[in-house]
Amino acid sequence: MAVMRDMIPPFELYQPTEVDDAVRLMRQHGDKGWVLAGGLDTFDWFKDRIKRPEAVIDLVGVEELRGISDGADGGLDIGAMTSLTDVAENADVMNRYPLLAEAAGLVATPQIRNQGTLGGNIVQDTRCWYYRSGWPCYRAGGNVCYAATSQSMNREHCIMGASRCVAVSPSDTAPALVALDAEMVVASTSGERTWAAADFFIGPDIDIERMTVLKPGDLLARIVLPAPWEGARWYFEKVRDRKAWDFSLVSVASSLRVEAGMIQDARIVVNSVAPYPVRLRAVESAIRGRAPSEETGQMAGEIAVEGARTLRHNDYKVALMRNLVKRSIRDAA
Amino acid sequence: MLQTEAIQARRGGFTRRKFIKGVVAAGATASVSGYLFRGSGIFAPMLTAQGAVERLVTLTVNGQQRRVDVPKYETLAMTLRYQLGLTGTKLGCDRAECGACTVLLDGVTHYGCSILTHSVQGREVTTIEGLEQDGELHPVQQAVMDEGGFQCAFCAPGFAMSMVGMLEKNPNPTREEAAVLLSGNLCRCGDYDKILNTAMRAAELSRSRA
Ligand SMILES: Cc1cc2nc3c(=O)[nH]c(=O)nc-3n(C[C@H](O)[C@H](O)[C@H](O)COP(=O)(O)OP(=O)(O)OC[C@H]3O[C@@H](n4cnc5c(N)ncnc54)[C@H](O)[C@@H]3O)c2cc1C
Ligand code: FES
Ligand code: FES
Repeated sequence: MAVMRDMIPPFELYQPTEVDDAVRLMRQHGDKGWVLAGGLDTFDWFKDRIKRPEAVIDLVGVEELRGISDGADGGLDIGAMTSLTDVAENADVMNRYPLLAEAAGLVATPQIRNQGTLGGNIVQDTRCWYYRSGWPCYRAGGNVCYAATSQSMNREHCIMGASRCVAVSPSDTAPALVALDAEMVVASTSGERTWAAADFFIGPDIDIERMTVLKPGDLLARIVLPAPWEGARWYFEKVRDRKAWDFSLVSVASSLRVEAGMIQDARIVVNSVAPYPVRLRAVESAIRGRAPSEETGQMAGEIAVEGARTLRHNDYKVALMRNLVKRSIRDAA
Repeated sequence: MLQTEAIQARRGGFTRRKFIKGVVAAGATASVSGYLFRGSGIFAPMLTAQGAVERLVTLTVNGQQRRVDVPKYETLAMTLRYQLGLTGTKLGCDRAECGACTVLLDGVTHYGCSILTHSVQGREVTTIEGLEQDGELHPVQQAVMDEGGFQCAFCAPGFAMSMVGMLEKNPNPTREEAAVLLSGNLCRCGDYDKILNTAMRAAELSRSRA
């Protein structure tokens, strides 16, 4: 756990009310600026004095970033500043995309969900404690991974997707969004750009200092849930040490379209096993045309963990992932 | 530690501002460094940059309008405790983990330690001091009295605020539902069973008053 320090070092604070002003300020301050949403990932960094931005751009007053509405082509648009509670308890999300409602409702605690935003939950940084304690690791611009040595405490770290850094993606909503083929709409001073959720999250092989495609100056404006997965069969399970308040050890999210007892199409996504939510494309194609049965699930679990590489203390994640993938097919409803 | 440093920082405010003026007058660039801030006491970026917020804010706390001069990096729990004297709001972890700092913003529970005071302008802040109305205890407060549900009670104000938030959402919770709704608060004395008795009693009292 973090060492307790006293107050947050000073910064200049901006509270724009329009997206245009927000992105202009973000561009102006570049990597010395920091976007503030709910602050629940942010303030640890500030209090520990590991991240020290000169300017904080607080989005609390940007109304157009908040709220849930029908999308232009069916589906649902969710503003990045919408609270996790509003996502979890919104009737449209609950009825049409219960997978996301479930995932959002399992994040942390009521207070964190009331204040934390969907955008912040997606963009949040990893929880590797070496990194978060300010150790000069690869991700922090250094040249060593403290979590991957023979002495390291790495029970929570990754079993796949590592590239020097072995930290995992901690977000509960991220795997659900990938399993729904969600799109991330990113605003900057040069306009809007849309990313598929599966491409939005990146591994250390692409950029070791970032978890997503966002660069300084990029604002995640809204999340688009497309119509095709509306009302599909789904499954979400988050395994953690405590039944509340805790990050996942491994989580799984699935969307399944089943016709005449056979899987027509599927998205199977596992998180907290790699530095990004892992979409299991090999599993998805292997289960197409089969019944969502125990046997299919069993086979899927085996395929899912192929190539897993464990660290000293995290081999339990392989068995966990295998079983969760099985359940995500067998028990999807 | 938190308390004394916050107080020291405030006491030193005047001299610091004078010192900063001197720096600005001398044409030097003031460095905004946390370590410097801690040791030598350089305070806040001294000139408000264009378009940035002003330090003076108006807060609505327990139904009253309060004008306060708040550093931009200050959290709500700090402002409540050390500027407004509302020490019922506790600081436990200062890390969004324990719930001792729970307050209501527009009736919804938030961790006061993990939100900037500047971000709550225009919202209704309710602290434990604001629960009593015209000498009558809030059902949650009455339930705490009836059940004696705490040991050291450091966690009690935070739990009480979460119970108010809980009743807002679910006036008739089962014990399990109450446990989930109160899961953002920790009790160092491990008194959860009696705390849940208190929560159930609070729900009962509040229904009978309604
Ligand atoms: C005790 C505790 C337990 C937790 N447990 C869980 C858990 O179980 N599951 C889980 O998923 N998370 C958990 N979290 C993390 C928490 O849910 C997230 O940190 C929170 O959702 C982040 O949202 P926020 O709005 O508070 O983000 P902020 O802290 O405001 O932002 C997070 C990051 O995203 C950036 N950002 C935010 N919004 C945007 C935007 N619109 N555009 C561009 N960048 C943006 C910020 O610059 C920052 O880097 C926990 C946190 C704590 C403190
Ligand atoms: S002091 Fe705010 S949650 Fe612990
Ligand atoms: S009664 Fe002591 S912390 Fe809860």
